[in-house]
Amino acid sequence: MTEARRRPLDLWQIVSIMIMLIYVVFLIVPLFSILKESVVSSDGEISLQYFVKFFSETYYLRTILNSFKLSLAATAFALLIGTPLAYLNSFFEIRGRSVMQILIVISSMSAPFVGAYAWILLLGRSGLITKFMWDVFKIDMPNIYGFSGVVLVLTLQLYPLVFMYVSGALKNIDNSLIEASQNLGVGTFKRFFQIILPLSMTSILASALLVFMRALADFGTPLLIGEGYRTFPVEIYKQYVGESSQNHSFAAAISVIAILITTIVFAVQKVAANRFSFKMNALNSIERKKAKGLLNVVIHLYSYLVVLIGIMPQVYLIYCSFRKTNAFGNFVDGYSLDSYKRAWSFVRTALPNTLMIGGIAIATVVLLSILIAYLVVRRPNALNNMIDTSSMLPYIIPGSVVGIALVITFSDGPMVLTGTITIMIIAMCIRRIPYTIRSSVAILQQIPVTTEEASISLGASKLKTFFKVTTPMMASGIVSGAILSWVTILTELSASIMLYSAKSQTLTLSIYVFISRGTDGAACAVATILTAFTVLSLAIFMKVSGKRDIIL
Amino acid sequence: MSINITIKNAVKKYGDTVIIPDLSLEIKKGEFFTLLGPSGCGKTTLLRMIAGFNSIEGGDFYFNDTRINNLDPAKRNIGMVFQNYAIFPHMTVRGNVAYGLKNRKLPKDEINTRTEEFLKLVRMTEYADRMPERLSGGQQQRVALARALAIHPDVLLMDEPLSNLDAKLRVEMREVIREIQRKIGITTVYVTHDQEEAMAVSDRIAVMSGGVIQQIGTPRQLYQRPANLFVATFIGHTNVLKGRLYKNGNESGILVANAKVPMQNLDKQAAEQPVAVSIRPEEFFIAENNDGVVTGVVEHSTFLGLNTHYHIRLQTGEKIEVIQESSIEDIIEPNSKVSLGIKTGKINVFTEDGATSLLDKGGKS
Repeated sequence: MTEARRRPLDLWQIVSIMIMLIYVVFLIVPLFSILKESVVSSDGEISLQYFVKFFSETYYLRTILNSFKLSLAATAFALLIGTPLAYLNSFFEIRGRSVMQILIVISSMSAPFVGAYAWILLLGRSGLITKFMWDVFKIDMPNIYGFSGVVLVLTLQLYPLVFMYVSGALKNIDNSLIEASQNLGVGTFKRFFQIILPLSMTSILASALLVFMRALADFGTPLLIGEGYRTFPVEIYKQYVGESSQNHSFAAAISVIAILITTIVFAVQKVAANRFSFKMNALNSIERKKAKGLLNVVIHLYSYLVVLIGIMPQVYLIYCSFRKTNAFGNFVDGYSLDSYKRAWSFVRTALPNTLMIGGIAIATVVLLSILIAYLVVRRPNALNNMIDTSSMLPYIIPGSVVGIALVITFSDGPMVLTGTITIMIIAMCIRRIPYTIRSSVAILQQIPVTTEEASISLGASKLKTFFKVTTPMMASGIVSGAILSWVTILTELSASIMLYSAKSQTLTLSIYVFISRGTDGAACAVATILTAFTVLSLAIFMKVSGKRDIIL
Repeated sequence: MSINITIKNAVKKYGDTVIIPDLSLEIKKGEFFTLLGPSGCGKTTLLRMIAGFNSIEGGDFYFNDTRINNLDPAKRNIGMVFQNYAIFPHMTVRGNVAYGLKNRKLPKDEINTRTEEFLKLVRMTEYADRMPERLSGGQQQRVALARALAIHPDVLLMDEPLSNLDAKLRVEMREVIREIQRKIGITTVYVTHDQEEAMAVSDRIAVMSGGVIQQIGTPRQLYQRPANLFVATFIGHTNVLKGRLYKNGNESGILVANAKVPMQNLDKQAAEQPVAVSIRPEEFFIAENNDGVVTGVVEHSTFLGLNTHYHIRLQTGEKIEVIQESSIEDIIEPNSKVSLGIKTGKINVFTEDGATSLLDKGGKS
C-alpha cells in the first residue's frame, strides 16, 4: 500500500480530479449560489427574511403543502393502478401483451404538460367528451381543473414507471419460490401478501420515490390544468420570471425549502427500502397462466382500460394535429395539414436545437457515467466516493431548481452562459446523469474484475484495458439506458423553461409556447412530431438492447 | 524462458486483518507447483500477489533474481488463467488468443502463426471464429489457457481453473493442463481446494491453512507422511483416534483402541505422551482369523464396486471407516463383530494437539 502511494499521479487520479472539478463548477457552486441568493437580501446583508416571508404567509406555505398533497395522491394512485397491472401482466396471459407494454412505455414518455393539455381538450370546459356527454346524455362532467385534474394527469403519466419497476422485480422472482409456497400449503391470496409483495417491495418503493419526485417537481401540469391550485415549482417560476414583480431571492428561498423536502423524502424512502432488500436472481421466471372465465374477462378489461386511457391523450393530439384550424389556430371542422405548416417556423429551429441539445447531452452523460462508474466500482477512494455522492445529488433536486441555480450562477461572473444552448445542455446533463450512473455502476458490478486483470496480465496497460475491454463490455447496457435518457431529455420542460431563449428553443418548449398562445393546432402538430421521435427512439432501443420490455 | 520464483517473508493485510502473516517458499524452474487449502486459507491471495493484482504489505517476491514487488502486472510476463475464465466476451476465440500478442506489438505474421499454434495446442482451431458465448465451459477454459500461453510467459498462474466445470470435464481438463505444461516446461503455480486434483497434476504441493504453509512436498509425501494432523485430514480421508505413546526399554509404540501397537519408526526423542493417531481406512484390514489387534462391530457398509466401505464402532466407542477390496463373498452383515489388523508401517502419529508428527523424520518405514 505504502509503495503504491509513492507512485506519481496516475491518469485515473487526474480523471477523478477533473470530474470532481466539473461537479464543483456546474453543480456544487450553483447550489451554493442558490443558497447564498436565498439568504442575502437586496441590500447585500445576510438575512432570513425570505424564509420568514415564506413561512409567515399561508399563501406560500400552501404551495408546498399543495405540492406535497398532490404528489402523495399521484403516487398513491400510480401505485394502485400500476402495481396490479404489473402483477396481472406477470402472472396471467393477456392477449396483445407486447403491444400493451409498448403503449404503456410510450404513454409515459411524453411531457406531462402535454398530457394535461390533451386532457383539457378532452375533458375541459369545451372538451370533446364534456360536450359529447352534455349534448347526448345531458350529463355535466366533473370539473377537471384544479387538484383532481393534476392528480389525474400525473397518475396516468407516472403509473407506467410503477408498472416497469414492479414488472422488473417480478421477473426476478423464481418460479420455484411460488411452487415452494404452494407446496407448503399457502393459498393464492396469502401467497401474494406473504411472498410476492415483500419480495417486490424494494421495487415498489423505488418506483414510489421516483413517481413522488417527478410529481413534486412537475411544473407544466399544475400550470396548465391546476388553475388556482398553486404548487411550488410554479411559484418558483412565477417569482423568477415574474409577470408582475421579479424576486430572485425569494425564488431561491423556495428552492432551498424544496430541496430540503425532497432530501427528507429521499432519506425516508431509503430507510424503508433497506428493510426489503433481498438479492434475487431467478433461474426460472414465473410462468404466466391463462385465467379462466370471469377472472379472465376482468383481467383483460382492467388492463386494456388502463392502457387505453393512458395512451388516449397522445392519440387524440395526433388526431387533432390533422384537424383544420382557423386563423387563430383554433380547431374547426375538416382536416388539413395547416397546423404543421404553422408549426414549421418554430420546428425549423427547434428540431435541430432539440437534436443537438439531446445529442451532446447524451454523449456527455454516457462518457461521464462510464468514467464515474469505473472510478466508483474499480477504484474506490475518498475522492471517488465524493464523486459518487455528488452524482446522486441531482436526483433530489427538482428540475426548476436546477434551472434557477444555473441561471443565478452563470448570468454574470467569469462564465456567462445564460441564453446559450450550452447552459441547456448542462442542465440536461445534470438532470439525467444520476440515472445513467446508477445503471452504469450496476452493469460494471456485474462484470468480473478478472476480465480486466486478464487483459493486464496479457500486457495491456490499464488505460488500454479500459478502452479495449471494460468499455466495450459495458457498452450495450449503457447505450440502451442512454436512449431512454434521450427520450426524457426530448420531453424535459421544468429546467429548460428557466433557461431557454429564442436561440435555444426546443420542441417541447415550442409545444408549451403554442399552448400558452392558444395556437392549439400547431401545439398538437409539434406534439405529434415529438411522439414520432419518441417512438422511433424506442424502436432503436429495442433493436439495440434486444429486449422487448423496458426497465428503467 | 522459464524461471524460478522465490518468496521471502511475504505479508498480506487488509486493513488490520492479517491474511498471510509470514510466508516463504521457493518454486523451481519448470515445476508444477500447487497451492492447496480450504477456502479462505490465503492461497488465491498469494497467487494474486505473485500476479501483481494484490498489494504486498511486506516481504520480497523474486522472479529469478529480479525483485518484482513494484513491477506493473502488465510487465511481469505472466500468463494467468482465472476461475471464471475471464474470456473477453466481445472478441472471437482467435481475437482472445491474439490479444496479448497484439499488445506486444509483434509483427502480424508472427501473431497469426502463434495464435494458430496455440489454438492447435488446445485443440480449438475449428472454433477460432466463434464468439465465446457459444462455447462450453471446457472450451472457454481451453481458450483461456491458449491465451495465457500464447504470450510465452515466464510463469503460468492458474486460479482454480477447473472449479466451474462438471466432474467428468474436470478430470479431462486436468490431463490437458498437465500435458501442455509438461510439453512447454513452464513454471506453473496452480491454486485449488480440491486435493485430488492437486495430487493429479502437481510436482509439489504447498498445503495452506490460515495463511500459513502447513507442509510442502510431493503428493506422495503429503499423503503418506503428513507433517501434522491438518494435512493428514485434509489430504485424503483418515480416521483419527486417541492414543498414547508408550516406551518399554528399546521398544516403543502406541496404545490405541484398547490395543498395544508396537512401532518401528517413532521418533526416538519422543517421550511417553497422549497422541493423536491417524489411520487411513485402507491402513486397517479385516483379519479373517480374528487375530487382529482391535475389535469392533460393523454398523453399516457401502458397496462402491472396487471397494467396500465399512463403518465400524470400536470397543472404545470411537467410530471408524475401513476400506476393503470387494470380495466375491457376501458383504459382512451389520452388527457382525470383526477383528481388525493395522498396517503399522503406514500409520502416522501426532502430538495430542496435532501440530507435529512423532515419526522418525529420516526414517522411512
